[in-house]
Amino acid sequence: MSQIFARGSSGSSWALSPSEMLFKAADRTSRRTRSTGRRRLVLISGLAMLGIAILFIVGAPLFVSQSPIAIDVLHPLSPPLTAGHLLGTDQYGRDVLARILYGGRIDLAIAFGATSVTLVFGTIVGLVAGYFGGWVDNLLMRIVDLFFAFPFLVLIIAIIAMLGPNLLNMFIAIWITSWVSYARIMRAQTIVAKKQQYVLAARALGYSRLRVMFRHILPNTASAVIVFSMVDAIGNIILAASLGFLGLGVQPPTPEWGTMISDGQNYILSSWWIATLPGLAIVFVGVAFSLIGDGLADILRPGDR
Amino acid sequence: MADPLLTVSDLRTYLGTRHGVVRAVDGVSLIVNQAEVLGVVGESGCGKTVTCRTIMGLMPRKGTFSSGQVVFHPRGEGNLLDASSREWQRLHGAQLAMIFQDPMTALNPVRTIGDQLTEAVTAHARMSREQAHERAIGLLVRVGIPAPQQRMKDYPFQFSGGMLQRALIAIALASEPKLLLADEPTTSLDVIIQDQILSLLLELQRDTGMSMILVSHDLAVITEVCDRIVVMYGGQIVEEGDTATIISAPRHPYTKALLEALPQGGERGQLRSIPGSPPSLIDPPGGCRFAARCPLVTDECRSWDTELLSTDGVGHRSRCLRHAVLQTQIGRPEAWAQETGQADLA
Amino acid sequence: MSRFGTLPRRLVHLVVILFGITLVVFFLLRLIPGDPALAILGSSYTHQRATAIDDSLGLNKPIWTQYGLFMDHLFHGNLGYSYFYNEPATTVIVAHLAPTVFLVIYAAVLAAVISLPIGFLAGVHRGGVLDQASRVFFTVSFAMPAFWLGIILLLVFSVHLDIFPISGFGTGVAGHLYYLFLPALTIALGFSTVLIRSLRAATIATLQAEFVDTAKMKGIGYTKVLRRHVFRVAVLAVVAVYGVNLAYLISGTVLVENVFSLPGLGQLLVNSVSNRDYPVVQGVALLFAVLIVVINLLTDIVQASLDPRVGQEIGE
Repeated sequence: MSQIFARGSSGSSWALSPSEMLFKAADRTSRRTRSTGRRRLVLISGLAMLGIAILFIVGAPLFVSQSPIAIDVLHPLSPPLTAGHLLGTDQYGRDVLARILYGGRIDLAIAFGATSVTLVFGTIVGLVAGYFGGWVDNLLMRIVDLFFAFPFLVLIIAIIAMLGPNLLNMFIAIWITSWVSYARIMRAQTIVAKKQQYVLAARALGYSRLRVMFRHILPNTASAVIVFSMVDAIGNIILAASLGFLGLGVQPPTPEWGTMISDGQNYILSSWWIATLPGLAIVFVGVAFSLIGDGLADILRPGDR
Repeated sequence: MADPLLTVSDLRTYLGTRHGVVRAVDGVSLIVNQAEVLGVVGESGCGKTVTCRTIMGLMPRKGTFSSGQVVFHPRGEGNLLDASSREWQRLHGAQLAMIFQDPMTALNPVRTIGDQLTEAVTAHARMSREQAHERAIGLLVRVGIPAPQQRMKDYPFQFSGGMLQRALIAIALASEPKLLLADEPTTSLDVIIQDQILSLLLELQRDTGMSMILVSHDLAVITEVCDRIVVMYGGQIVEEGDTATIISAPRHPYTKALLEALPQGGERGQLRSIPGSPPSLIDPPGGCRFAARCPLVTDECRSWDTELLSTDGVGHRSRCLRHAVLQTQIGRPEAWAQETGQADLA
Repeated sequence: MSRFGTLPRRLVHLVVILFGITLVVFFLLRLIPGDPALAILGSSYTHQRATAIDDSLGLNKPIWTQYGLFMDHLFHGNLGYSYFYNEPATTVIVAHLAPTVFLVIYAAVLAAVISLPIGFLAGVHRGGVLDQASRVFFTVSFAMPAFWLGIILLLVFSVHLDIFPISGFGTGVAGHLYYLFLPALTIALGFSTVLIRSLRAATIATLQAEFVDTAKMKGIGYTKVLRRHVFRVAVLAVVAVYGVNLAYLISGTVLVENVFSLPGLGQLLVNSVSNRDYPVVQGVALLFAVLIVVINLLTDIVQASLDPRVGQEIGE
C-alpha cells in the first residue's frame, strides 16, 4: 500500500505540516521518474560501442600489422597472448585478431548496406500500400504475406543455392527477402496516421498525395521503422555470419566472422579461441545496435512511466 | 439515526508523476452513515475518483502517497490506510465494494460473466459449484437481467452497456458488502438506461440497508438518489449538506453554478455553463481554488487559507468566505445580478 | 454465432498463400543460370537422362505447362529425383524429417517454459531484480548467433562438463530428449528473447486495466487476481507473437543441426546446396514453407479458442 504518514493533523510539533511531508515524499518519486539521464546513457553507450567497432574494423591496418590471410606454417594454433598474436592464430597460423578486424568489414558492410536498402524500399512500399489502400494495398500485402510464409533463412539459402555463394549474392538475397518487415510496420503506421488531423488538414489544403505521404506522414511515423532497423541490422549481421558458417557466404581465404567460427568448430576441443572470439565480436556489435535501438526507442517514444 | 459507517479525516493523496506532484485529494473529510446514500459531485479531475480509490485501497502502490485517516467502523477504529493486503482481502467484497464507470473495460473480456460472477460469490463463502451457480443466477435475477441461465455462459462483449452494468452491480453485491462505492455508474449509458440503473441501485440499497457513495459529475443524477451531498472542487470539498438543503439553498458559488447549469424543466433560455476551467492539481493556486471562475470573488478570497465554514443550515458547511452573500441572494435574482454583474439573469 | 465464423475465409487465404509458395519454389529452380537439366544432373549427366528430365519438367514447353507439370507431380508426391542420393527426393526428405520435427516441438515447448514465467514475473515486478537481470541477459543473447551459442553450450556442457552428448539423435523418446536438449535449448533461448519482451509489455499493460481492479475488489487475493485475470489476458498477446516468430524456430534448426550434427532437414538442406542437389533443395524449401503455414493456422486456432473476441475479429 502507499506510504503512510502522521495521523490527524492537530497538535503537531513537526516543523513541516503533514501535507508538506507528504508532498516532499511524492516529489522525490516525481523527480526520479523524470530523470532522462539514464535513457541518454543507454543511447550514448550504444553509439560509443558501435563507434569503437567501426574504428577498429575500418581502420584495421592501423591497429594490426599482420595480414589476415598470411599463412604461418610455423605457428599454427597458438593460444591468445602469444608473442605477436594477441588473440592467437588459427590452424594455418593466421593471426586471429587481424582476421577478426578485417573480417568485420564484410559483416558491417552487410549490416549497413543491406539494412539501409531494405529500410528504404520496405518503407516506401508500406507507405504506398497504407495510404492508397484498396487493390494496391491488397496486392502488395499478399506479396508480403507470401514472403512471410517462408522461413527466412531457408529462402535465403535457396536463393543463394541458385545464384551461387559470394558477397554480392548475399546482398541480393537479403534485399529480396528483408524488406517485408518494414513494409508491414510502415503500412500499419500509415493507416493510423492517415486518419490524423494533420493529414486531413494537409489534404484539405490541396497538397498532392505524394507530398502528404513523404513530407507529412513519413516524418511522423518514421520512428517505428528506424527503431526496427536497429533490430534488423543485428539480424543481418547474424544472417551474414550464419551464411558464412554454412559455407554459403564469402569463400576462403577472405576472413569473415561466420566462416571463422565454422573453421574453429573442428578445433573446439583444443583451441577454443578460433571459434569463440569471432562470436564475441558479433555479440559486441550486436549489443551496440541493441543499445542504440533501445535508446532511440526511449527518446522517440517516451511512453514508459 | 446518525450512526457512522465510514469516517474519513483529512485525507490527502498525492501522486508523484513525471509532470510533478499531483495533489489529487487535498484534505478531504467526510462521513457516511449506516443505510445512507452520500453523493459526491464535481467536474472531471476534481479528485472524486481518487478519493474513492484511496478509500478502497485500489490506488497503485508505486507513486501514491496518502495521509490522513480512513476509519471503517465495523472493522474497528484503526486506519484503513494502514491495512495489510491480507486485511484488504477480507474487506474487499464482504465489507466494501466498488463499481466503475465503463462496464466494458471493468470486466475481464475473455471470461464468461458466469465465471466472473461465481468467482465473486465464492470469494468469501464456501459452497459447492452447484450452490454457487444457483446463487449467481439469483443475483442476475435480482439485478434484472432476463434469461439468466443463458447469460451466465456469455462473454462481456455479448452484453449491452446497461446489462453489463447490472452484471457489474451483481458482482459487487455478491458478498453482501456494507458499503458500495459507485464511480460514475451511469455516465457511459443512455439516458433511459441511466434511470433504470439508478432505480436499481436505490432499490438494492433500500432492500439491503447498505450504504452507498455515489460519485458523478451530473448533479441531476446525484439529487435523484442521494440523502446527503458533498461537492468537490480542485481536490477539496467545497460544500456539504443534505440534498434538499443544497438544492434549494446552495452556499457556495460553484454549487450554485452547477445547479444553474442544469437544464430547467420546460424553460428555454441560455445554456449557463461555468466559464473557465478547473485549476491544475499540480500547482494549485493559493487561497480559494475557485477564485478564477467565481462571480463573487474578492481580493480577500485569493489570499484566504480556506477551510469549511458552518452556515445557517444544520450540518451544512461551505468553503466560501462569502457564503452569507448567497444566503441573501436566493430568491432575489436582481440583487444577485447586481452583485455579480450578470445582467441576463432575471 | 460460431466462434470460428470467419475461419473459412482464412482457409481460402491459406490456399492462396500455398499456391503462391509453389510458384516461388517453382521459379527458384529457374533462377539458376544455364540449363536446369545440366544443373540437376551435374556429374551424372548423360544425354539420355537429360532428355528424361527435359520431358518430366517440360523444359521445352511454355512456362505455364511447366508449372502445370510441376503441380501435377506435386500432387502425386513426386518432388523430383535426387541424383546425389540416387533416390526420389521425397524419400530422402522423409528420411530426414523426424529429428527436425522433434527438435522444433522440443524447442517450442522449452521456449514457452522459459519465457512464460520470466516474462510474466518481470512485468509484475517491474523494475525489480528479475526484470533488470533478464533484460540485460536477453539483450546480450539477442545479439548472439544461434550457431555460436550452440557451440558455446556444446563447449561448456558437452566437452568440459560432459553432461550432454556432443552429437547425434539418440534412440527412443527418452534418448531423443536427452540428445536434443542442448540444441533445443539453443533455439529456445533465441526465441525466448522476443517472447519475454512481449509478455512483459503485455503484463504491464494488462495490470493497468480496470477489470483487474474489479477482480481485486471481489476480495479473492492478489495471487488469484494475477493468475486468473492478468495472466490469462496478457498471455493472449504472446500467442500471436509466438506464431509470427515461429519462422525463427525453423531457421534455427538449419544452423543448430549443423553444430550438433543432427541428421535432420536443416542438415539436408545445407548439404544439398553444396551438392547442387536442386530437387532436394526445392523440396525442403517447400516443406518448410508449408510447415510454417500450418503452424500459423494452428496459432490462429489456439488464439480463437482462448480469446472469444478473436473469432469475431478475424478477417480484418
